[in-house]
Amino acid sequence: MLQEESDLSLIIAQIVQKLKGSSLYAQLERQAWASLQRPEIRLESLKEDIKEFFKISGWEKKLQNAVYSELNVYPLPSHPAAPPEHLKEPLVYMRKAQGSWEKRILKSLNSMCTELSIPLARKRPVGQQKELLNKWNEMGTDEPDLSLFRPVYAPKDFLEVLINLRNPNYENGDSLSFRTHLGLIQVPLKVKDIPELKECFVELGLNTGQLGIDDSTQVPPELFENEHVRIGQKVLAEQDSAAAQQYIRQGSPTALRAELWALILNISSQPEDILYYEQLKTNVIQHDLLVDSLIYKDVKLTASNDDYYFVFEDYLYQVLLCFSRDTSVLGHFAYNSASPPKSYIRGKLGLEEYAVFYPPNGVIPFHGFSMYVAPLCFLYHEPYKLYQTFREMYVRFFFRLHSISSHPSGIVSLCLLFETLLQTYLPQLFYHLREIGAQPLRISFKWMVRAFSGYLATDQLLLLWDRILGYNSLEILAVLAAAVFAFRAVNLMEVTSLAAAEFLLIFLL
Amino acid sequence: PFSLQNQNYKCHGSSKGKEREQRASIRFKTTLMNTLTDVLRNRPGWVEVKDEGEWDFYWCDVSWLRENFDHTYMDDHVRINHFRNHYELTRKNYMVKNLKRFRRQLEREAGKLEAAKCDFFPKTFEMPCEYHLFVEEFRKHPGITWIMKPVARSQGKGIFLFRRLKDIMDWRKGTAGKKFASLEAQPARAPTATVNPSGTHDTRSSDDQKDELPVENYVAQRYIENPYLIGGRKFDLRVYVLVMSYLPLRAWLYRDGFARFSNTRFTLTSIDDQYVHLTNVAVQKTSPDYHPKKGCKWMLQRFRQYLASKHSPQAVEALFSEIDNIFIKSLQSVQKVIISDKHCFELYGYDILIDQDLKPWLLEVNASPSLTASSQEDYELKTCLLEDTLHVVDMEARLTGKEKRVGGFDLMWNDGPVSREEGAPDLPGMGNFVTNTHLGMQGRWEVGVPGGAGGIQHSTV
Repeated sequence: MLQEESDLSLIIAQIVQKLKGSSLYAQLERQAWASLQRPEIRLESLKEDIKEFFKISGWEKKLQNAVYSELNVYPLPSHPAAPPEHLKEPLVYMRKAQGSWEKRILKSLNSMCTELSIPLARKRPVGQQKELLNKWNEMGTDEPDLSLFRPVYAPKDFLEVLINLRNPNYENGDSLSFRTHLGLIQVPLKVKDIPELKECFVELGLNTGQLGIDDSTQVPPELFENEHVRIGQKVLAEQDSAAAQQYIRQGSPTALRAELWALILNISSQPEDILYYEQLKTNVIQHDLLVDSLIYKDVKLTASNDDYYFVFEDYLYQVLLCFSRDTSVLGHFAYNSASPPKSYIRGKLGLEEYAVFYPPNGVIPFHGFSMYVAPLCFLYHEPYKLYQTFREMYVRFFFRLHSISSHPSGIVSLCLLFETLLQTYLPQLFYHLREIGAQPLRISFKWMVRAFSGYLATDQLLLLWDRILGYNSLEILAVLAAAVFAFRAVNLMEVTSLAAAEFLLIFLL
Repeated sequence: PFSLQNQNYKCHGSSKGKEREQRASIRFKTTLMNTLTDVLRNRPGWVEVKDEGEWDFYWCDVSWLRENFDHTYMDDHVRINHFRNHYELTRKNYMVKNLKRFRRQLEREAGKLEAAKCDFFPKTFEMPCEYHLFVEEFRKHPGITWIMKPVARSQGKGIFLFRRLKDIMDWRKGTAGKKFASLEAQPARAPTATVNPSGTHDTRSSDDQKDELPVENYVAQRYIENPYLIGGRKFDLRVYVLVMSYLPLRAWLYRDGFARFSNTRFTLTSIDDQYVHLTNVAVQKTSPDYHPKKGCKWMLQRFRQYLASKHSPQAVEALFSEIDNIFIKSLQSVQKVIISDKHCFELYGYDILIDQDLKPWLLEVNASPSLTASSQEDYELKTCLLEDTLHVVDMEARLTGKEKRVGGFDLMWNDGPVSREEGAPDLPGMGNFVTNTHLGMQGRWEVGVPGGAGGIQHSTV
């Protein structure tokens, strides 16, 4: 009992600490002061009256949403003696693996830098600044020579690293048994099995209505759709994050999605947010970073070639270039196993006073990174709204898809969950694919790393991301990947090569 | 083909007597070499005839039609893919005239409100004969942009934008006029027209015109300066309408189509850059920015989904309703002038532009929409479109005539509006009447559509 109480007070203290620095706190303070003018506020019962006022005016709800958001994003405090690395990643071997992976990435980036003799960063001459400002809304028309740039890494490079992950403390012996894991991932992480998944994702059960299925034209809307839409409108009217998160587990109506996501992610576009975005834009105009070219290349290679997303090319630059300048993103490294790369001012290598994070937000984009942003263009078209949503999605979810950690939503766990589901429930298929050299993970890895963006039609993708938000977990990606294999099992049993299996699955998606 | 049936329903087929006999094989002819030939050759029981062989079905081009239709005998069962005087609808100047006349008629018969439903065509003036009327209008709205289009050319050729009368003075005096009059390969000279009392236009054959100076007609049209933009780009919609007869009017609307995007961002500052303003794929292909891999089309379903995430369901529904209205009114306006030969059917490509207030405008109607595919997705769309067209034309005599839906086509107008409800009588004016159109909604790939094969089963891969 005592332990729980002290845990709770620790959590409360932490959250209060966090929120004290936020603009919400300042707003609440201002509101409290302003409320003193109101007749119903009396000196004798000041505290209760102000609380009552907050409740009625909706400010309490905003505070609730902010607290809820904090609870969702930040891991609960652990033992007071635990060092901060443990918050990032408790297992040593995972931390080490992430560290060496980062070293490799940096090496690759640095060598590209030296080869091409391009500085990591430079100030833009005034003429170029003007030009860029004029072209800000149509950067896609630019055709810079990007032939010498290569993406720093691609998902398949990352997969190789994960395949070689080993826990040095774990010995499972040489003999094969029914427990032996036949897949590519060979680390002993705990993943959910189907009964546990069923419990966790109870709203996805067969007896519950879902958007995307129970709103098709054959089903009369009175059965589910109408009521669900009505509830959605009510949730939005109440402006309650927690309710929205619960609601969206059954999918979001297209017309309400943009607002619902903003509510769940606790994004409200205040003037200071718009100003912040403009500030980032100014940073982009003034300084040219090497990663900019990487971003350009990625957009040109992936999103611009996509049937759905080519239209939004310009927005992608506007978001991604600003994202790489955003130092507030550094905050998420507190709970991300990754660490931001450090760069040193020329000639001062090793001297901490001359170290900066590079890029400023600490995130080096890889091949396909722009696909995280592209589907959001269907929801928002003001750049700052689009930007805020993407940033929030990144620091809550997407970062886990390309860093090595033991977190249940981390890519390693997702891969293991996928393989375990397949091996347990479709053993014949798994064995067959393995025999023909087509390990299933080799096919599904890229789907999961990109959260299926570019592999699913946008309307279905958004329904999938609804559930990611609703359950605050990425596990559904692994379950979907396994389900795709199950759906195509009969055809897959007949293929005889990895290429044929890939081909078959392109047509599904 | 799967079909939605309604027992209380009037027939849409003009099926009588020996036409409806099953034929052993159907001889077809075509001069095109694209998706169409693939579809025709793959159709079971259809045999190609070339050169002078006798045919049951001919997908011809309009020049052949103009030269040969009048002296070609066709048996009852024979079908051909154009109406003799389709240009009443597809040539911009005739269409405007017909629409204006229809509008006046509607106003007399049904009042101003009903007539206003014909206001989907931007103000247009024929040149040079309506030049003075144009100048009057021009002076009333100084500073707006106008677009000059040749009446008979396609693929964006010969179009330019202007804001000052000076820009067209030269044209009028003849310098530019001469330049545009030196026509590139139009199969015949642009026909000059004489208007008959009934309102139809006669065209003389090319023989008569050999010794006349070719005059090319233009229209000056108000340019829509506030188009709806997606990703900062302008786009227009290509929608397919199949007309099986004009008297009575029977028209089908295809559920799929596409939005064609301009490759560059929309701005009014450079009206000389025709690449910005013309969304036609043919023009985009010549733009220096064009990359064939990029593809600049969105399927209509995607477009509809995009709209649904930005606007209320009512607004989207209203937009598509207004688009339906464009088809119906435009077809009604030429109903009485087009020679409704039972051998004829026609697949039209409608070009629609949406403005920022979500109002749809008709840009033009094409009697020979492009059937060449620009991508795999496009190929599948056009293949299914053509297959379904042949299903509706029904040379094989399989339809009962009561169908409201054949493949991806919905029966939009059957001598009167058609209701979406199954089993309900087609009575507009009843509170819950919903028209039987599903533009941009799920296509033939719907669950439970036997025979309505998805793209995969037609594996041309």
